[in-house]
Amino acid sequence: MKPRFELFRSTIILITLFWLGLFVLAPHVMVLITSVLSPDPNNLAVWPLNLNSYVNLWDSLYLNVFLDSLYLSLLATGICLLLGYPFAFILSRFSPLLRSILLFMMVVPFWTNSLIRTYAIKLLMGKKGLFNDVLLGVGIIDEPLQILYTEFAVIFGLVYILFPFMVLPLISSFDKLDRSLLEAARDLGANGWHRFWRIIVPLTSPGIIAGCLIVFLPAMGMFYVADLLGGAKNILLGNLIKNQFLVVRDWPFGSALSVSLIVLMALLLWFYFKANQYIQRKGGLDDDTLK
Amino acid sequence: MCNVTESKAFETGVTETETTVTQPDTVIQLSGVTKRYQAQEILSGFNLAVHDGEFFTILGPSGCGKTTVLRLIAGFEPFDEGSLMVAGQDVTLVPAERRPVNTVFQSYALFPHLSVFDNVAFGLKMAKVPKSEIQSRVDEALAMVQLQEFAARKPEQLSGGQKQRVAIARAVVNRPRVLLLDESLSALDYKLRLQMQIELKQLQRKLGITFIYVTHDQEEALSMSDRVLVMQDGRAQQVGTPRQIYESPANLFVARFIGEINVFDGVVQRELGDFQYQVLLSGRYTREVRTDRKYQEGDAVHVMLRPEDLRITSLHGEQKRVGFSGQVLERNYTGQTLDSLIQLDDGQQLKASEFFDEDDPDFDYRINEAVWVDWVHGWEHVIPKQP
Repeated sequence: MKPRFELFRSTIILITLFWLGLFVLAPHVMVLITSVLSPDPNNLAVWPLNLNSYVNLWDSLYLNVFLDSLYLSLLATGICLLLGYPFAFILSRFSPLLRSILLFMMVVPFWTNSLIRTYAIKLLMGKKGLFNDVLLGVGIIDEPLQILYTEFAVIFGLVYILFPFMVLPLISSFDKLDRSLLEAARDLGANGWHRFWRIIVPLTSPGIIAGCLIVFLPAMGMFYVADLLGGAKNILLGNLIKNQFLVVRDWPFGSALSVSLIVLMALLLWFYFKANQYIQRKGGLDDDTLK
Repeated sequence: MCNVTESKAFETGVTETETTVTQPDTVIQLSGVTKRYQAQEILSGFNLAVHDGEFFTILGPSGCGKTTVLRLIAGFEPFDEGSLMVAGQDVTLVPAERRPVNTVFQSYALFPHLSVFDNVAFGLKMAKVPKSEIQSRVDEALAMVQLQEFAARKPEQLSGGQKQRVAIARAVVNRPRVLLLDESLSALDYKLRLQMQIELKQLQRKLGITFIYVTHDQEEALSMSDRVLVMQDGRAQQVGTPRQIYESPANLFVARFIGEINVFDGVVQRELGDFQYQVLLSGRYTREVRTDRKYQEGDAVHVMLRPEDLRITSLHGEQKRVGFSGQVLERNYTGQTLDSLIQLDDGQQLKASEFFDEDDPDFDYRINEAVWVDWVHGWEHVIPKQP
């Protein structure tokens, strides 16, 4: 029995290691290597090794793309949080059955590929799409608005696609929030404002941080949303990378961009870890920040 | 005083004579309170008056509505009907955060993200007390519960008893008019609970704050309280001092809920004057009883006796043979007392509890031993027969 179990265990571990090595580690190493090669129109990437791609990152053109992308992603994350926080709070107050049903309804659309849903949004936003039809029908506007290919459209798409990723960690945080703590706070004279900032927010902060990270990180890379809904105007870091590989065919530069995105994510995860530690140690927000 | 109890007391002869008029020293007054959850009425027409500075306990089995009373006073539940006065102010519609009462929660409800110091300081910060005063008052409160050196700890680093103390400090630091304690000791183990009972009582005397303590533990209620309210099914059954509750229970529920009791059915045969009656017990034993109210000839009554009030005599002795005859079914040595279960000739079983006598170290019964059961005249408690 025992040797067989040992064999089973080592087999499983080996398969997992093999899988991770082949599909996670190897591609990343390849990207890392490619990023220090030289571009070549015919052979994609060739020797010699150099850091030109990384130097090019600091070109103001690309820095601007990065800043734009950062701006769009932060905005989308902020809107997700503003919508998702009360949403999760209200959802957590329903009975377990009703909450499961509502959560299920929220998740169902996400069984459809997000690319297809993005196309659907594109149809809704067109000159003759549903949005304009409704606005015209109600009489708010006299002629169709340009909704598609605006910053609004990109933000809308990002928020729509990423909203559940904000809500799920928040709901789990609200679930852990002990109701009697809110009663205790009321008992000690805390009004709604103070209960919110001193009890609810600090105790749900792990959910807030986790939600923001898993919305913000993918938002930077969702090139198809920017492509389909933003046209060529509002491009994300993801679009830039895609273009380097498929349009410009500068694979080393695309790889360098990818590496920089990975580094950024690693930094944010490190920040998340530290912030959690800080909250655990310090106990949430400072009094002075609340005044 | 509770209306319900008062009318009950009137029927059953409890000597409490307080009225529903607000007395100058009444700090909590609930009047005509009705509370429903869905269709179920938890409280109906409930009245309660708690005096300033007393240790008042609400005692009852789970589901009797005692915690609801506490939550209504704290302000966590809205009133369906009725009103609440705290220190002469009508606070029926005042939200919890602006009532001059504080609660010690059953689960402690300490803020897990705040240190012990910040937990205790929370109420003072909300009240915008100056920083220097917060420091000294929190220090004082923590010293009172002997937790000064734990000020920087997080609640998760404390034991159950320490959390309990922090919860108490967090409440009393605000100097409330009334402190509400919801089964606050039930999560602690037996020894710690006894110790905390003593500490709570000392604290209450020292602070002079009114305590309203909710519990289902009758021993706890009797040992800590100045007055006890016994509740069942959303109704007050009796209010009184622990002694009144124990020695003169207003009805069978109170009698049976507080400690052990033996109940005989009897019929009043003759009035002997001065609240003394001749009663026929269980249809075969005629005895004189002393009561605190008037009965008519032929009235059915319950005559109740605590186990420690019964006197047992062995049949083979030389003593006069009076009382009920029966035999010993069971005997239990408890260290302090010898508890026995005695079956009377008509099948009724009695519980008796006797202290050991130093002169008679061999004092004991044999199982099935024939005995006489009697008691000292006047130690019985008589109430009208209840359905």
